[in-house]
Amino acid sequence: MTTAFTHDAQAGTSAGAPGASITPGRRILGALRHDRAALLSASFLALMVLMALCAPLISALTGQGPTQFDMAAIDVDAGGLPKGAFGGISAEHPFGVEPLNGRDILARIAYGARVSFLIAASATVLTTLLGVVLGMVAGFYGGWVDQVVSRVMDFLMAFPALIFMIAILSSLPTGNRSLLLVAVISLFGWPYLARVVRGQTLTLLNRDFVEAARASGASRRDLVFKEILPNLRSSLIVMTTLAVPGYIGTEAGLSFLGVGVSPPTPSWGQMIANSVTWYAVDPLYFAIPGLFLFLTVLSLTVLGDRVRAATDAGEAA
Amino acid sequence: MARYLAGRITGLVLILFLVCLFTYLIFFKLSPDPALMICGKTCTPERVTQIRTVLGIDKPFLTQFWDFLSGLFAGRDYGSGTNLVHCPAPCLGYSFQTNQSVWQMVLDRLPVTATLAIGAATLWLLAGITMGLLSAVKEGTWWDRSAMNLALGGASIPNYVLALALQYVLVVKLQILPFPSSVAFTDAPWLWFQSYLMPWIVLATGAACLYARLTRANVIDTLAENFFRTARSKGLAPVLTMRRHALRPALTPIVTIFGMDFAALLGGALITETVFGLNGIGKMAADSIAKNDQPVIMAVTLLAAFFVVVGNVVVDLVYTALDPRVRIR
Repeated sequence: MTTAFTHDAQAGTSAGAPGASITPGRRILGALRHDRAALLSASFLALMVLMALCAPLISALTGQGPTQFDMAAIDVDAGGLPKGAFGGISAEHPFGVEPLNGRDILARIAYGARVSFLIAASATVLTTLLGVVLGMVAGFYGGWVDQVVSRVMDFLMAFPALIFMIAILSSLPTGNRSLLLVAVISLFGWPYLARVVRGQTLTLLNRDFVEAARASGASRRDLVFKEILPNLRSSLIVMTTLAVPGYIGTEAGLSFLGVGVSPPTPSWGQMIANSVTWYAVDPLYFAIPGLFLFLTVLSLTVLGDRVRAATDAGEAA
Repeated sequence: MARYLAGRITGLVLILFLVCLFTYLIFFKLSPDPALMICGKTCTPERVTQIRTVLGIDKPFLTQFWDFLSGLFAGRDYGSGTNLVHCPAPCLGYSFQTNQSVWQMVLDRLPVTATLAIGAATLWLLAGITMGLLSAVKEGTWWDRSAMNLALGGASIPNYVLALALQYVLVVKLQILPFPSSVAFTDAPWLWFQSYLMPWIVLATGAACLYARLTRANVIDTLAENFFRTARSKGLAPVLTMRRHALRPALTPIVTIFGMDFAALLGGALITETVFGLNGIGKMAADSIAKNDQPVIMAVTLLAAFFVVVGNVVVDLVYTALDPRVRIR
């Protein structure tokens, strides 16, 4: 009975008009292809990801590692400032060098991007997983399960997350910093997604097609995976794209405050924190990581905004 | 209504209790022994035991937690005999670093944070709502497009990056403003204004941009509603229609978010205060975390959670008063 029903449903979609059978993902992609701002943001992000992936290659090409000191690029008499104008920009160091130790900024930016993106991506995956599973469980089962999950969400959202993240991270002595960052960001991040998922699950449960599936004897598993989950897809795409820039910003902020990624592993937030004492005499040391961070967050925000606009337009149509 | 309120307040107290318990547990389990830290270099085992007894941290976890809770409402005593120290009613303990009463520290620093929060909130409400309204009225024009693009940019800039960039341009290069310091308004009004101007801008930018986008979306939705068209078609002047019929429904959701954002700020604008070196609650939190000063960390966490939870309830009450559709019986 169950298989017959789902089989019919699938046949129905594939037999529909070719234009009507596109998934939300493909529809959004189609809309974004004609949007200049979205394309620009996407290309910048692609470039950043490429840079992160090819960080060792960049280091090999310029001959500068991210933790390699270059005292020749430093003017010891000037208190450790980089030699030359604009923070020591030269053929060897396209973005200049750090004051005092002459580490190559390009290499540090590239390796820093790896850390930031890896943490943000893992946090996104983990929050989405937690948010979808717990939100759907709360909405689907209702009753005391819903009560427990909802109260946990209230509790976590009442927490002063930033203060607490810093406190936890600073009192945990050592261990894998990146892993800890992912865990802490996800712990405080999932309720925002779960709340939306729970609400939508509740609405979907009352819709006719779910009722019909239930009446025709669909199992719980089929209800969850074949009826509800596919209908959550577009709001999940929107929620996650809008959340990623937040995670990048949080990671950079925590590293800026000195509780995130620990040296010598480079991270953008940490580079900005180091530049605080130098920005009056070597502004580029601050401007370069600041600009990279800003442009990355901006591109992600623009992309998220356009994805939402495309989804809204699709739903209205 | 009374039953609803009672329910909300019970929930509020419960959440605060849990936040308390959770924070206490985390620090009880995780952080290094504060007695060793206080004892310093010339330390003997007897001295450590003595400090533990005075602080009450030789007792089991639940007893300690109970002491902390009852101290909040009834005050508590530290030590015994001649060394007895009484800590009066809202007792948050004494800082491990400075031996000051934590409650007094909070009171001392609250004015700076309040000045920061109120100034920034005024700025972001004014700027955000004005920008959003203008964009909605001029929907689709170059003004609308550029304002909304600007808003996306402003919402994306991390506040410490903005803070350092502003400080570089305004203080170091152009020298229009002094380095921010927490001067009192009564001492030097002009210097006070100059000092807080940059922190206000930094704290307000992100929120102002979000509010601009939100106001615009809400106003545009309202302008498309039937009741608004009726008001226009009965011949009411455009400005009057805006003021009487569009603003209230459009701004009600803003009130909700504003309440929560503002409450969150009172818990300490941690990054802004740290970057500008302003001695508020946020900087106190950062300092106490760096020095593992547990009583202060507890106090700040609790205070921040308190504002968030109370802000939530206040927002719901204001919302029901503003929007008759969700009024509670």
